[in-house]
Amino acid sequence: MNTYLSVWKLRFVSGLQYRTAAIAGMATQLFFGFVFIMVYVAFYAHSSAQPSMSLEQLATYIWLQQIFLAFVMLWFRDNEIFNLITSGNIAYELCRPCGIYSFWYAKLLAQRLASAILRCIPILLVAFLLPKPYNLTMPPTAATFALFVVTLLLGLAVNIAISMFIYISVFWTMSPVGSTLVIAVIGEFLAGMIIPVPLMPSWMQAITYALPFRWTADFPFRVYSGQIPQSEAVWGILIQFVWLAALILLGRWCLKRALRQVVVQGG
Amino acid sequence: MYLYLKYISILFKSQAQYRLSFWLLTVGQALTPLTVLAGLYFMFAQFGQVKGWTFYEAALCYAVIGLSYALSETFARGFDMFSSLVGSGDFDRLLVRPRSTILQVLGSKFEFARLGRMLQSLIVLFWSLSKLPIELTFPKLFTLMLMIVCGVLIFSGLFVATASLSFWTIQGIEVANVFTDGGREMAKYPLSIYEKWVTNFFTYVIPLGCVNYLPLLYVLGRTDGHQLRYMLSPLAGVVFILPCLLLWHIGVRHYRSTGS
Repeated sequence: MNTYLSVWKLRFVSGLQYRTAAIAGMATQLFFGFVFIMVYVAFYAHSSAQPSMSLEQLATYIWLQQIFLAFVMLWFRDNEIFNLITSGNIAYELCRPCGIYSFWYAKLLAQRLASAILRCIPILLVAFLLPKPYNLTMPPTAATFALFVVTLLLGLAVNIAISMFIYISVFWTMSPVGSTLVIAVIGEFLAGMIIPVPLMPSWMQAITYALPFRWTADFPFRVYSGQIPQSEAVWGILIQFVWLAALILLGRWCLKRALRQVVVQGG
Repeated sequence: MYLYLKYISILFKSQAQYRLSFWLLTVGQALTPLTVLAGLYFMFAQFGQVKGWTFYEAALCYAVIGLSYALSETFARGFDMFSSLVGSGDFDRLLVRPRSTILQVLGSKFEFARLGRMLQSLIVLFWSLSKLPIELTFPKLFTLMLMIVCGVLIFSGLFVATASLSFWTIQGIEVANVFTDGGREMAKYPLSIYEKWVTNFFTYVIPLGCVNYLPLLYVLGRTDGHQLRYMLSPLAGVVFILPCLLLWHIGVRHYRSTGS
C-alpha cells in the first residue's frame, strides 16, 4: 500500500507543475461552459413544453462538468503508459515488485486529482459570480453537498476503472488512438457530456442507466443540484460501489490475460 | 503538387499498417460527430425549435461546418501539430530543404481517419437537403460549394495562425482551441441564437458566420433583397486566410532554433 501511496504522491506533485497549461485549459473550459449554456438559454427561451430540468439546474450541471472535467472525461490519457506498451519497455514495469494494475491506477488517480485541483477553484469563482442565467448555484443543503462529494469521488474511481480498459486494449491494438477514441466518444455521450441525461428521450435514458458511464458524471452532478433526492442518492452510492468492484475485477482479469501473451522483443 | 501527392501516399501507407487501430479510428472519427448530431436531434425532439429554426435547418448548418472542419483537419493537420516540430528543433531540417515550408508542413501530417468524419457530414448534408422544402437551383448549389470551400480556408487559416504563434511561444497554446474547436461548436447552430456580441465576433473578426449563417439564409430563402451579397459573403474566408499566411512568413523569418 505504501508503494502505491508514494507513486501517487510523486505523480501528484509533478502534475501540479504544469501551471501555464492549466491556465490555458481554464480559459478554454470557461469559454465552452459559457457557450453551452448560451445554446440552452436560446432553446429554453422559446420552448412551450416544460423540460424535465430547470435552466438554473442546467447551468449548474454544465459548470460542474467543466470544473471537474479532469475527473469525468475519458480523453485524459497517460502517454507514458502507451509508450511503455508499444516500445516494449513494459518489461521493466513487469520487474517491479508491485502489481501493475494498482500501480497504474494510483498513477492515473494522481494525475486527474492534480489537474482538477489546479483548475477547479478559479473556474468555480468565476462561475459563481456570473450574472443570472449563467451562474453556478449553491447546493440546497449541507447534506446534499456531502453526498455530492462522496458520489463525485466514487465516480472518479469508476471512471479510472473504465479508462484502465483503454490501456489494456493497447496490448492488442498496439496503437492507442483508435481504442481511446471509440471508448471515449461512446462513454462521454452516455455520461451526459454532450447533452445532459435528463434531456434525452426516455428510451435513451434507459440505456444510460444500465451502463456504468452515467455514474461517473451525470449522477453526482444531479445530486449536487438536489434533482436526485437524498434517499435515492444513498442507493446510487451502493450501485457505484458495485460497478467499481465489477470493473476492477474484470480489468484485473483482462490485464492478466494480456500479460500472459505479451512478447517483448529485445533492443 | 506532385510532391504533395507523394507525401500523401507515403503517409497513407504508414497509417494503414496498424490495421485494427486504423479502422477503429475511422469508426471513432465518424462516431464523434454522430453523437453530437444525436445530441442535436434530442434537443430538437425536446424543444421543437430554437428561435424559429427547425431541426433540418440546423442540421444543414451543422453539416456544412462539419464538412469544412473535417476537410481542413485532414489536410492542414500538420499545422495543428506544428508546435512539437518547433519544440524539438526539427523545423531546422525543413528550412534547409529547397521547397516552401508551407508545403512541407502540410505534407508532414495527413490523417486519413478523418475521412470517416467527412463522410458522416456529407451524409447529413444530403439528408437535411432532401428533407428541407427548398428547390435546389444552380446558384444555391454554387453557394453551398462556396460555403464549404471558404470554410476550409478559414479553419486552415486558424491552424496556420496558431502554428505561427508557436514560433514565439515554442510551446503549443491550448487557448487557440477556443477559436478552432470553439468556433466549430458555435457555428453548429445558426449564429442568430446567440447573444449579439458573440454573433458580431464570429462575423467580423473570425468570419465563420459569413461562410455559414449568412449564405444559409440565402439557401433557405429567408433573405429580403440583396441576394448577391448573401451569396458571396463566404468570400470573406479568402480575405481571412491572407493575414494568416503573412503571419506565417513573419514567423519563419523570426524563427530561432531551440537547438536540441
